[in-house]
Amino acid sequence: MGYHCVVCVKQVPDTKRLSGQAMKDDGTVNRAALPAIFNPEDLNALETALAIRDRWGGTVTVITMGLPKAADVLRESLFRGADRGILITDRRAAGSDTLATSYILSCAIRRLAPDLVLCGRQAIDGDTAQVGPQIAEKLGVTLVTYLDELLDLRGATLRAKRNLGNGFEIVEAELPVLLTVVDTANTPRPPAARRVMKFKKARCRSEVEQVVARELPTGGEDEKATEVARRCLALAERGLLMGQWNLDEIGADLTWCGLKGSPTKVHRVQSIVLAGGAYREFEASEDGVARLVRELIEDHTIG
Amino acid sequence: MIGVNRKGEVWVFVEHEGGTLSDVPLELLGKGRELADTLGVPLAALLLTGGDGDEMVRRLGQYGADKVYLVEHDLLRQYQTATFARVVCELVQAHAPQVVLYGATAMGRDLAPTVASALKCGLTADCTDLQIGDHTPPGGKELHRNLLLQIRPAFGGSIIATIVNFDRWPQMATVREGVMVMPEPDGRARATVVRHRASLNGFVAPLRILESQRREKKVNLKAARVIVAGGAGVGRREDFRLIWELANCLGGAVGASRAAIDLGFVDKDHQVGQTGTTVRPALYVACGISGAVQHRAGMEESAKILAINIDRSAPIFSVAHYGIVGDLRVVIPRLIRAIRSGARIEGLAEPLGGRAAASGDARG
Repeated sequence: MGYHCVVCVKQVPDTKRLSGQAMKDDGTVNRAALPAIFNPEDLNALETALAIRDRWGGTVTVITMGLPKAADVLRESLFRGADRGILITDRRAAGSDTLATSYILSCAIRRLAPDLVLCGRQAIDGDTAQVGPQIAEKLGVTLVTYLDELLDLRGATLRAKRNLGNGFEIVEAELPVLLTVVDTANTPRPPAARRVMKFKKARCRSEVEQVVARELPTGGEDEKATEVARRCLALAERGLLMGQWNLDEIGADLTWCGLKGSPTKVHRVQSIVLAGGAYREFEASEDGVARLVRELIEDHTIG
Repeated sequence: MIGVNRKGEVWVFVEHEGGTLSDVPLELLGKGRELADTLGVPLAALLLTGGDGDEMVRRLGQYGADKVYLVEHDLLRQYQTATFARVVCELVQAHAPQVVLYGATAMGRDLAPTVASALKCGLTADCTDLQIGDHTPPGGKELHRNLLLQIRPAFGGSIIATIVNFDRWPQMATVREGVMVMPEPDGRARATVVRHRASLNGFVAPLRILESQRREKKVNLKAARVIVAGGAGVGRREDFRLIWELANCLGGAVGASRAAIDLGFVDKDHQVGQTGTTVRPALYVACGISGAVQHRAGMEESAKILAINIDRSAPIFSVAHYGIVGDLRVVIPRLIRAIRSGARIEGLAEPLGGRAAASGDARG
């Protein structure tokens, strides 16, 4: 019994902390200078899934697509209560736009056959809010955007409150559904200390490969592969090996993946350069402020 | 997905609420007109409705549409993703437009990605400008002429990216409300109506909409002549009353940066910026707003900008016309006193401060 939930999460640069140092000389963003964080609304999606499991039973599987480093958000999900994490990583997925990303994620989700798919409404690096709806379209499941409150789940029927910004809507749909969750939906539970202790050593295969490559820099390919296999097996025995899939393993058609599968192309990127200094400064004194007001009245800006 | 169609029209998806057009499709018709004229193709509006289309068709013509594709069906009385996406895809496949524009509203951001996914075409969200231009792919030789240049901030607004879509058409984009300037209606202009019969008979809409409530925004920032906005620099929720007092004194509306909203100083309806409202008032007073690019994108076209900030290096000064470097807790009361006495000196019949009552106080 219970419901099987898949939560799509993303590791994003913390765009709130962007500063001058985060830009490279060529004007592009230096991702390395930005702390990588769990996309905030994806935490609301995870919390929704965990609350469903708490109340009705079932499982919560978290998937993410990205570089091996993105396994951080899977571990964080385990700390907060997820049952399982799967990393989708493949060089051939690089350069994917929202359409290609949603295609790849939909291939992975199809293998998991969940009752509910949950996504944050949008990620703070692009703010597009496109991947959730596009996964729903590709899976052919019913889309419910802007979930503010899950009112009920009864059998295969879901009842939910949507936050439309200028109002609310209460809708009913049959499972399977894809929900995109807004930040007002809930307060994500913090990582549980006990689970942090248990899962802090959880790793994906590609992370193990990186460590082995670092520790055996002169080792042959066979030697490294054997060592990786040994360590992965040891992790798996302790329930600490997180899942990892490449594009072949999810049965993705490469035509629709990566740069090739992305209809949108970057024509140009410009960094924002501040002009600066062109304003007229008035003193903060009574006098200075009065002079400013007089000028605003004289040119009919106010009054 | 459709192929490249150089004769394809420029389309605007029309959002409306019970027969009343929203602002954003009218704003998009203004930009759409410009794009269609550059390309030498007709501008068309896409109107899906439960059956109250005539008055809306008339207005769409006045705002610049050459043509309105009108789809009337009982299942289109209330918006839901699957039904609307199905009809839009059907129309795109039948007429192969080259550009389709949507408002970046709750509805547009639900519909457009679904349509893009079904058509396997590109979509650029939240464009702040759209132009027509040429593109050569890096390393490629072929030149793609007259593409839709989709310009948007990215990475939290630290960069401006221009996106193109040269092979899998239509070229689609969403634009936030208020970003494009609403055109002046022409009372004599008429649009040709093309009726389309949607293949919806027997279609079962997947969502049952049990209840639907709309609320008016608590503040109309787009219509305000003066906006006084507060940011994180205000410091405390209690001190945000200074922003209200100055706004009341100027007969203006209260705005806020995202940071002030996140700190709970004021309701989200007051948010100015890329994810809030885009405004162009006669005077914009930015108090304790550092001026992140997302905020500047929503106010930098104001006629006059006054920045009050304790930090001389705050980026807000880069878009300001007037600046006061100082503590807003000291400066704002001085401003209020100067405005009140200034009005007396000018001998106006009604002191400016007297407008406080008329402007209303929408707190709460």
